[in-house]
Order: sequence, then structure tokens, then C-alpha cells
Amino acid sequence: MLALPLADVNFVEATWIMVLKSVIIFAVVFGILPILTVVERKLIGRFQHRYGPNRVGPFGLLQPLADVGKLISKESFRPANAVSTLFILGPLLPVVSGVLALAIIPWGNVQDGVGLYGIDVPIGILYFFAVGSIAFYGLLLGGWSSGSKYSLLGAMRSAAQLISYEVSMGLALLGVVMMSGSLSLVDIVEAQGKVWFVIPQLVGFLIFMLAGFAETNRTPFDMPEADAELVQGFMTEYGGMRFGSFLLVEYMEILVVSGIAAAMFLGGWMGPGPGFLDPIWMLVKMLCLIFVFIWIRATLPRLRYDQLMTLGWKVLLPLATLNVLVTAILVVVT
Amino acid sequence: MSAANGGGESFDPKAVAYLSSADVVSVQRGPEPGGVGGAYRAFGETLRGLKTTMARLIEGPLTIEYPEEKTPVYPRFRGRHKLHKFEDTGLEKCVGCSLCAAACPADCIRVVAAENIPGDRVSAGERYAAVYEINLSRCIFCGYCEIACPFDAITMGHDYEMADYDRSNLIFTKEMLLAEPVERTPLKSEGE
Repeated sequence: MLALPLADVNFVEATWIMVLKSVIIFAVVFGILPILTVVERKLIGRFQHRYGPNRVGPFGLLQPLADVGKLISKESFRPANAVSTLFILGPLLPVVSGVLALAIIPWGNVQDGVGLYGIDVPIGILYFFAVGSIAFYGLLLGGWSSGSKYSLLGAMRSAAQLISYEVSMGLALLGVVMMSGSLSLVDIVEAQGKVWFVIPQLVGFLIFMLAGFAETNRTPFDMPEADAELVQGFMTEYGGMRFGSFLLVEYMEILVVSGIAAAMFLGGWMGPGPGFLDPIWMLVKMLCLIFVFIWIRATLPRLRYDQLMTLGWKVLLPLATLNVLVTAILVVVT
Repeated sequence: MSAANGGGESFDPKAVAYLSSADVVSVQRGPEPGGVGGAYRAFGETLRGLKTTMARLIEGPLTIEYPEEKTPVYPRFRGRHKLHKFEDTGLEKCVGCSLCAAACPADCIRVVAAENIPGDRVSAGERYAAVYEINLSRCIFCGYCEIACPFDAITMGHDYEMADYDRSNLIFTKEMLLAEPVERTPLKSEGE
């Protein structure tokens, strides 16, 4: 029978373990993020027959240090007609939401009395959506409070994009939730012992990845930024580390979305080898998905605004709904 | 016209009185966007694009990392000028005739000639260039000076790294032009 996954926390850990886990997740993720920026730039370069950054440090690995050093030393400029409190709040909200979303990415099951995840929330996926949507408040507030037309246009585009994609994204994950009978990411990964959900839920996976590109404001859906037409959209008036934190959030969101996709469709930590390899498997799967993100960015041009809406409402939403319906029927029949 | 062409309607040449059907060239257009077929095609084209970029990734970079590696130049590349001496006697080829200065369209060559003293000859001719300066910040590297010179005293070299922080350093004197360039520029091999 289907057990209702209400607030049933599987087990309670000691506080110091929770604190330690948070610190480790933080350290690992914030160690990966700068490397990710270099790897992306180097890969984009190689996709275009060139090297990418290779001057700062060995193989250009110290490039992020140089970038952050530059960003920190820049003036925190604020336009005269900006709304000051909201302007400062703008880049903060996405950072908070990104860090919060990291908490539910499962790196492994309970081992030696320690769950290898930030927290196993029974409402897992809902938490991801709730927290992820907060990031858009940051973009909207930042864009509006800048007092610039480009920023406002970028912010409005993010709002339009959000409502076009969040629904399809949710529906895409619904199929997986129905098949596993749980919203908790740990349970969902456990349910993929026999076969990864990417095979029965291929449509859902593709829709989720497409919506993920939109969620992270990446090409081909980087409408809010649109560096060619909107001069970085909502980020136009930001400079220094405030601009830097928007960039940081972009990479953090890539990490989160690929983490969720890996956990829900690619079997999370499942892989051959002993138990301590589980987080490595999870990381490998995430990195593969991140490579897809970069590959797509190197390939596709930005969609036009109406094409984006058409794709979201006329293609992805019906497809996702159909996917949910078919899955529901199959789950009931079998 | 714009109303006839836009809006997805096909253009009807009979509707325009002054056009005979021979004037109208039919243009092959892509399939109409949208619909299930459009989505299918877009998906296929996306995969094709992904394949293309992946092939570029596998091929690897083609960059010539400039300060370390230099692009080889062709033998007839017109770089920084060189003044020449006779190899056997060591006398300068330039006789100070100022034909190069006359030919120069950018007016960047300045020659002041002087008479050779019989005991202490500088050039092979009657006169020599007491001052020979090329202002490389004005030079357009057209090579007319090389063509104008009756004694092949000035030629265009292969050196192209002449950037400097100070404009006055770019006025090359006779001694600088006579000296061999510090670093040799790589030459393209035959057929490259």
C-alpha cells in the first residue's frame, strides 16, 4: 500500500553531526563552484577550437581566484535612482535559496548512523521548488530596484520564464514521484535499485532538463540575462561582488538542478563498488549532467522570446501532462 | 508588398500588374515553423548541432599561443625595414639618394646625405646617408621604398613586433636599421 509521506523523519541525528554535515556540504560545494567556472570556460573554449583560460596558475586553475579578487576590489556601485534596500537584497536572496536547496541533495544513504545528505525532507521535491522559486524574487527585486530599463526588462523576462517552466518542471517530476511513491529524494533513489527512472521516464527527464536550463537562466533560455540585447538583464546595474554573487548563484543552481536530476532520474548514488563510493558516484553523475549544460551552451543560440513561450506552454506543458497521465495509468494497472 | 509577403501568405505574381511571370524567381523556403513537424525538426537539428560541437571538442584547439609561438610569415611578408651593407667590403649600400623618401606615401623616411671622404668611406657611392630615419609609427609598410631603391639598400624584413610605449622609440635610426633584428621571425616553409 502507498504510505502517506507526511512529516515522518526517519531518524534523528546528534546536533554536532548535523553541523558537521552542513560544514562539509558547504566546503565541498564551494570548492566545486570555482572549479566549475574554470571548467566551463575551458570547455567552452575547446568547443570553439581554442584553449580557454590557461594563464593564471597551472592550466589556468587559479583563474577563479583572480576573478574573485578582481570582483571584490571593485566598487559596490549603486545607481542614484535605485531602491537601496531591495537593491542590496537582490543578490542575497538567490544565494540563500541556492544554499538551502543544496541541503536536500542526497549524496548517499544512511551509513554508520550518518545520513549522507543535508536533510531527508519528506516533502523533498516540494522543498526544492519552494526554495528554488525564492531565487526568482531576488532576480525580480534586483531588476526592478535597479531603476534601469534593461534591468526591468530582464526581470520581467525572468518572471515570464518562471511561470512558463515551473509548471512543466513540476509535472515532469510528478511521474517519478508516482513511480516511487514518495517525495523524499532518499526514498526515490532507493526505489531505483532495479532500473534508473531515466528509462521509464525518459520524456520526464528531457522535460526536466529543458526546464532546468530555463530555471538556471542558461542558454538557450538565458532570456533574463541576454547579454547581447539586454546587457545582462537584471544584472546590468550590479557590479563588484554583488554581480559576483549572481554569477555564483547561477553555478550553484546548475549544481542543484543536476543534483536533483541525478537523484531523480539517474539513480543518485547507485553504482558498483563499496558504500563509501556512493558520494563519488553521485558527484560523477552530477558532473556528467553539468557537462551537458555546458555542451548545450556551446551549441544552441538563444531562443526568441515568443519561441520560448511557445515551447513552454504549447510543447512542454502538454507533453508533461501526457507523461503524467500515462504514468498514472501504468502505475495503477501494474 | 509587405502585406503580400508577410503573414505567411504565398506571393502571387499575377496580383502585381507590372510583373511578368518571367521576372519572378521562385525562392526555396524552409518548411513552416511550428506544429509537431516543427518540434520534430527542431529536435533533430539540435542533435545535429550537438554533434557538431562535440566534433570540435574532440578535434582540439587550433590556437597559436602567440607570445610563446609565433605565426610564421611568408618570405615576401613586409615587416620592419632593414638597411644593408656589402658583405665583402662592409660598406653601406645606401648612397643617400632620397628616392625612398620621395616614394614614401606616408612621408616617414628622412634622409640627409653627405659626401664621402676618400680615406674613410662609409658607402660605396659618391655620397652616403649621414642621417637615415624611418618613423615606424607613420609607416604603412607598403614597400615602395624597397621598390624605389636603386641599390637594394633598403628591404622590408620579417620583423613585426615593434610595439612600444613611447612614440619617440619608434623613430628608427640608421644604426638600428643596419643591425640584425634581435629575434628572428619564423618563416613559412615552401608550400605551407
